[in-house]
Amino acid sequence: MSDATVSQLATDVRRGDRRALARALTLIDRGGAPVRRLRQALSGYGVGSLVGITGAPGAGKSSLTTVITQELRQRGMQVGIIAVDPSSPLSGGSLLGDRIRMYDLAGDSGVFIRSMANRGQYGGLAATTLDAAMLMRAAGFGMVLLETVGAGQSDVAVVDVADTVLLVEAPGMGDEVQSIKAGLLEVADVIVVSKSDRPDAPATLQQLRALIRMQMATDDVWSVPVLPVSAVQHTGVAELVDALLTHAEWLQTHPPTWRQQRRHLLSLQRALDAQLRDAIQQLPGWSVALAQLGQHDSDVVARQLLEEFVANGFTKE
Amino acid sequence: MSDTPIRVLVAKPGLDGHDRGAKVIARALRDAGMDVIYTGIGQTPHMIVEAALQEDVEVVGLSILSGAHMTLLPKVATQLRDAGLGHCVIIAGGIIPAEDSAVLTSQHGIDAIYGPGTNTDEIVAFIRTTVAARRATS
Repeated sequence: MSDATVSQLATDVRRGDRRALARALTLIDRGGAPVRRLRQALSGYGVGSLVGITGAPGAGKSSLTTVITQELRQRGMQVGIIAVDPSSPLSGGSLLGDRIRMYDLAGDSGVFIRSMANRGQYGGLAATTLDAAMLMRAAGFGMVLLETVGAGQSDVAVVDVADTVLLVEAPGMGDEVQSIKAGLLEVADVIVVSKSDRPDAPATLQQLRALIRMQMATDDVWSVPVLPVSAVQHTGVAELVDALLTHAEWLQTHPPTWRQQRRHLLSLQRALDAQLRDAIQQLPGWSVALAQLGQHDSDVVARQLLEEFVANGFTKE
Repeated sequence: MSDTPIRVLVAKPGLDGHDRGAKVIARALRDAGMDVIYTGIGQTPHMIVEAALQEDVEVVGLSILSGAHMTLLPKVATQLRDAGLGHCVIIAGGIIPAEDSAVLTSQHGIDAIYGPGTNTDEIVAFIRTTVAARRATS
């Protein structure tokens, strides 16, 4: 794809052209040099925060995503949704079904839903979701919601990309809230007890609030709200959206948190990995290495490639 | 480019609630290495076109058993073209009589129609060939 085509695409995305946004999202899924040019053309454009929604399977993430979006739409905001599902490790294909549960949002031109397959890699997920969120912001979406499969590595990925981490906990999932991984509780910015119409919800709410209070160390940290929400009865949704918007504002007015700094570091490392790999794969030695795959120690081959790269010098893109 | 998974939207237009066939197709295409976005039942042509646009798919698969295929399928095809998505391969499945199939494929821009009992390998092969041809010309 030529530079001119990419910069035209970037311009169209900024104008809010939905077809251009869709095509740009496909481009980032493919990776490579066009993505870097797209990033250069668009990063910094648009405002809006990326909210990562995480929690155990069945906790109610999709239902929450739907009601949060409806509330934001009522307030006149445009909403982008990135729904990530796993790829099949066998075929590399995927079955992306999040749209089924977002039926009530279908056809609304103020909402843009994009399903993505995680391609089985953690780093890949982090990079593509960040780029996808960047594109949606540039296209004028005031809030981007990232919904993942809610298990294992994707939880960590949400933490590494989202401005605001929303942890969803359903009531009665074991009477001890310790069942939540300590790590997740520490990084959550907003916690929701979902299905709050259920009789066991108040107990879960109370336990979580007690746990959160123990974590409070100083005054200048964000105070994590624990909120009851019922998607079915549509209660607590406005309060939740208020909390999400307040947190986005809080981030603007406070020095970077350790998580934001970690995110920048990871982002730099990813860029370095990608660019170095792309450059090395241009070398003659790379095809030799591919042809002899498995015959030599990987560390030794990597070192040789790096030496060849240094000897060849750097060619400007 | 050729190694990018083909993105396919599988949708059920109209009011029938029987989606076994759509799910079988969705799984077969996933197992063939494609990214399949399944919308679920009860989709209007507008919803299908919006989903195809947002998901930037190259293939739209429509499953319909209600008998409304002569109304709904041409509507989806026309609206896809109007939305600038004329490059999408459109395939349909369900209970569609042969004489209707002939009209839909010759006059309404449906690329292929598969009835009950079709071998999914045949559908996979058709999608691969057709998408490769369209990628080459775009």
